[in-house]
Amino acid sequence: MTDTVAPRPASRTSRAARRTTPAARRNRRRTAADAGLLVAAAAFVLPLAWVVLSALDPHASLRVKVPDGVTLDNFDAILTPEITFTPLLNSLILCGGATLLTVVCAVLAAYPLSRFRSRLNRPFLLTILFATSLPITAIMVPVYALFVRVNMIDTMQGTIFFFAASQLPFAIWLMKNFMDGVPKELEEAAWTDGASSFQSLLRIVLPLMGPGVAVVTVFSFVMMWGNFFVPFMLLLSPDQMPASVSINDFFGNRGMVAYGQLAAFSIVYSTPVVLLYVLISRRLGGGFALGGAVKG
Amino acid sequence: MTATAPEHAGPEVRKAPASPPSGTRPGTVRRSLFRALPVSPAVVLLLLFLAGPIVYCVVIAFTDLQLTGQAQESFVGFDNFTRAFKDEAFLNAVWLTLVFTVLSSLIGQNTLGLALASLMQRASKPVRTLTGGIVVTAWVLPEVVAGFLLYAFFRREGTLNAILDWLHLPSQNWLFTLPILAVSFANVWRGTAFSMLVYSAALNEIPKEVTEAAEVDGASGWRRMWHITLPMIRRSIGTNLMLNTLQTLSVFGLIWVMTRGGPSGKSQTLPLFMYEQAFQNSLIGYGTAVALLLLLIGSLFSVVYLRLLRTEV
Repeated sequence: MTDTVAPRPASRTSRAARRTTPAARRNRRRTAADAGLLVAAAAFVLPLAWVVLSALDPHASLRVKVPDGVTLDNFDAILTPEITFTPLLNSLILCGGATLLTVVCAVLAAYPLSRFRSRLNRPFLLTILFATSLPITAIMVPVYALFVRVNMIDTMQGTIFFFAASQLPFAIWLMKNFMDGVPKELEEAAWTDGASSFQSLLRIVLPLMGPGVAVVTVFSFVMMWGNFFVPFMLLLSPDQMPASVSINDFFGNRGMVAYGQLAAFSIVYSTPVVLLYVLISRRLGGGFALGGAVKG
Repeated sequence: MTATAPEHAGPEVRKAPASPPSGTRPGTVRRSLFRALPVSPAVVLLLLFLAGPIVYCVVIAFTDLQLTGQAQESFVGFDNFTRAFKDEAFLNAVWLTLVFTVLSSLIGQNTLGLALASLMQRASKPVRTLTGGIVVTAWVLPEVVAGFLLYAFFRREGTLNAILDWLHLPSQNWLFTLPILAVSFANVWRGTAFSMLVYSAALNEIPKEVTEAAEVDGASGWRRMWHITLPMIRRSIGTNLMLNTLQTLSVFGLIWVMTRGGPSGKSQTLPLFMYEQAFQNSLIGYGTAVALLLLLIGSLFSVVYLRLLRTEV
């Protein structure tokens, strides 16, 4: 709010009203917009402030307050194999495995859809798009029943397969759109030189759509990392639980809730996905590609 | 999802204008088979783990499958469905799902997302970056963590009541008296970033000349919003509403962490009702019937969404 007289930073979002409206009016309007946004930011930041302050507070409670002395004891208390490292490792195996499977399958599937014309492309893509928006939550009960029947309940691989399948429609859709952005001429040149489709996919298309593959990878990983219901339903033994489910143990099982430790664990568990998001949105220049990909 | 069975991928592929030099007829068939091959891992996964459960869902919704005390389930026709529509707890869950979706998705996320995006259009860069960063962080956080943060916010001894006390306003136990309102707010907190990103992208694509001209003609901010901006981004509005609604329809973890659907079902939306019937009451058949209804609602929305996007594919 302090920079109302400073020249407007050049950006894509700047409106070109400057020639037609007096500068004073523009500044007033910008101040009003800034004030509105800051009020919203304050409201949004409160729950986030709680988690950061409580994690450092030796006497954390449920409300936002300045810590009675800063301490890292909460982190010390939770950074044990049982509470943190095993669940995080489980999360990593689960989400890493499923992401790898998703991305490989999505790249392979997107290639013919993007490169070769077929009367089946359209129905397939429509089916994929339809599946993208199905509420996965709804099928968790039948999936549980099915997994019990085929003896896949409480197995990492079963959960990985289901995770991958649930993420695949969107991954294929995104991947195909990114792949369409790679000019076909480059590949045709390679074909003329005798490269196979697989070679041209590997050597030409994939390197050119690196950011696209990165977006799909990070997005799939972030989605699975935060997903609670799927592992909650499909995994039973405590030693296989990922962090999204084990965080529940802070309530109930351990008696009195140690809010400071809960906050510290929340931070440790959330940091990887927040960092991945920052990484990917930087690389794509501010605006997140997904916002653009679905805007219709 | 069966549309890609490679043996059907036959002669159509020959029409491909930019395919490599064409060969003889049998060669073409072999090539189209070969081209469909990369799709097969994805198709196998989708068939086994997505289409399979959906088909299985349709089958067991018509049985009395239970978790315990029953050797063999039997076909019970539409019993589960007629039972649902007579079950007050089910109707309560339908009503709460509706309230939750309208409050948090249609009104909350959508309107707030649009408001934030349009304010961002004219705000200064540091404020824009700061607000955007905070709102997006709320979105990126894992579902359960978001649930805990909002649980702490709404609890009797939590931040919201502290603020109300400070303002000398009456405080109350939000999670007990108005749980559906609390979880709706939680969903707004968590989900608004998506609408904000979609609308920011849409607003950036409106040609400057259009709004500029309206401004010269003396149209006020509200009039410009109503008569120019909204009509120009209506496709984005449609897509965003559809995706928000679908997302909100399947929220489970957030409500589970905050209230477990309680107290006495006052925040029990359909996904939580489905879970309770299937696992706490061990009625898998009944729970699946509810799941099927939820899936049908979702499919209806998906079809509308596909029609909105019709020209894209």
